Amino acid sequence: MITIVDYGVGNLRSVENALHRSGAEYILTSDPAVISGADKVLLPGVGNAAEAMANLRERGLIRCIRELRKPLLGICIGMQVLCRHSEEEDTPCIGIFDTDVVRFRPVEGAMKVPHMGWNTINNLSSPLFKNIGESSYVYFVHSYRPMLCRDTIATTDYGGMFSAALKYENFYGTQFHPEKSGDTGELILKNFLAL
Amino acid sequence: MVESKLAKRIIPCLDVKDGMTVKGINFEGLREVGDPVELGARYAADGADELVYLDISATVEGRRTFTSLVSRIADRINIPFTVGGGISSIDDASRLLDAGADKISVNSAAIARPELISEIAGRYGSQFVVVAIDARLSGDGRWMAATHGGRRITDRELFAWAGESESRGAGEILLTSMEHDGVRNGYPCDLFARLTSELSIPVIASGGAGCVEDIVEVFEKGHADAALAASIFHYGTCTIKDVKLASRARNITVRL
Repeated sequence: MITIVDYGVGNLRSVENALHRSGAEYILTSDPAVISGADKVLLPGVGNAAEAMANLRERGLIRCIRELRKPLLGICIGMQVLCRHSEEEDTPCIGIFDTDVVRFRPVEGAMKVPHMGWNTINNLSSPLFKNIGESSYVYFVHSYRPMLCRDTIATTDYGGMFSAALKYENFYGTQFHPEKSGDTGELILKNFLAL
Repeated sequence: MVESKLAKRIIPCLDVKDGMTVKGINFEGLREVGDPVELGARYAADGADELVYLDISATVEGRRTFTSLVSRIADRINIPFTVGGGISSIDDASRLLDAGADKISVNSAAIARPELISEIAGRYGSQFVVVAIDARLSGDGRWMAATHGGRRITDRELFAWAGESESRGAGEILLTSMEHDGVRNGYPCDLFARLTSELSIPVIASGGAGCVEDIVEVFEKGHADAALAASIFHYGTCTIKDVKLASRARNITVRL
C-alpha cells in the first residue's frame, strides 16, 4: 500500500490527484504504525520547514520515518526536513541527506526569490529518472534549497547549482513538484512507485 | 538580471461563467468557447506552463458550480493552475485551496481591504497568492488601479499598489492594462519594464496579445516573467508552441 503522510502541512490534494491519475491506490494517514507498514511512502509539504518539523514531532513521526526501510519520497518541504538543517527559522532537521538547506541569496545574480516556475534538471543519476532526458523541465516553488552533496541525484542551476533531487539508501527527495510537472513529473512519480 | 534557465511562462486564461468557458472582448459581449476542463487539458498537452481560470459568474449558484469545477480541474490537470474571480475572504481562498487550486488571485477585494493579501499569504504562503491588478490611465497620465472589471478607477496608483501588494506577501503580480485588454494590439511593454524593475516578485503580463510577436516583445522589452493570453489561443490565431518556438528563436528561455 502507498501511504501519503498527512501531517498538517499545506494541501495534499495535488499529490493525491497525481496518484489518482496514475491509477495507484493510496491512503492518507498520520499513524506511525500504518506508515511503518507501507510499501511506499510519500512525504509532501508546502510551507515552512520549522512548522513541518514541529508537526512531524508532535505526531511522533520522526523516528518512524528514520527507521523506514521501504522507499520514501519527500517532496519540497518534505525533502528539506530529511536534510541536516534548514536555515528557515534555524531548524534542525531529520538528517538523512548529508546536506543543509539554505535560502537563495538575491546577491547571487539579483534573481527573483522565490524560485518559481519551470527549470531544468541535470546530472540525473538514479532509477527515479528512468526515461527522463537531461535538461527536462520540472516545476519549482521555493525560497530555500538543499546544497550539493554526495547524495545529489539531480542538479538545477538558479544563481548557482543546488540539489534538485537527493537519494540516500531507500530515501528519495525532490525539491521540485513532480505532481505539478506535467508528463515529466508523472513519469518520475511512476518511476518512484516502480522502485 | 542574470539570465537563468528558468523558463518564461505562457499562461492561457480561461474565463468561466456558470461552468462554461467564455472570453469577453473588453469584457463585453461574451462568447462561449467550450468546456473548461477539456480546454485546459488541451492547453496543458499543447505546452501551457500554467493555467488561469477566472470565475466571472455573478451569482451564488455560479460560484458553487465554479468550486466543483476547480475540483475537476485539479483531478485532471498535471500543471499548476490559478483561480480567481470574486475571492473576498480567507474562507473563499480556503474553499478553493481545498478544491485543489495551486494559487488564487485577488483583485478588487484586496484593494478594498489590503489585509486580505497578508491574511491569505500568512496562512497558505506567498506562493498561493497572486494579486491581479487592472490598470487604467487616468486623465493626468498616471496609471491607476481599477476595479469592477476595470470600470471604476480607484485612487491607488499602480506602482504604489503593486509595491504594497508585494510587501503584504503577494507571490506574483498579474497586471492587465485595461487600455489594451481585448483589443489584440500588443502589451504596453514600457509599463511592464518599469513594474518588473520595481518589484522582486514575478510579473505576469496580461491583456492585449494579438499575435505571437506581441508575447515575444513583452518578454524581450517588458521583461515579464510570464505572459497570459486568451483570445489568440481560444480562437486559434496561434498555438502555445508557435509562441515558444518564436521566443526560443530570439534566445528567450522557454520550456519546449
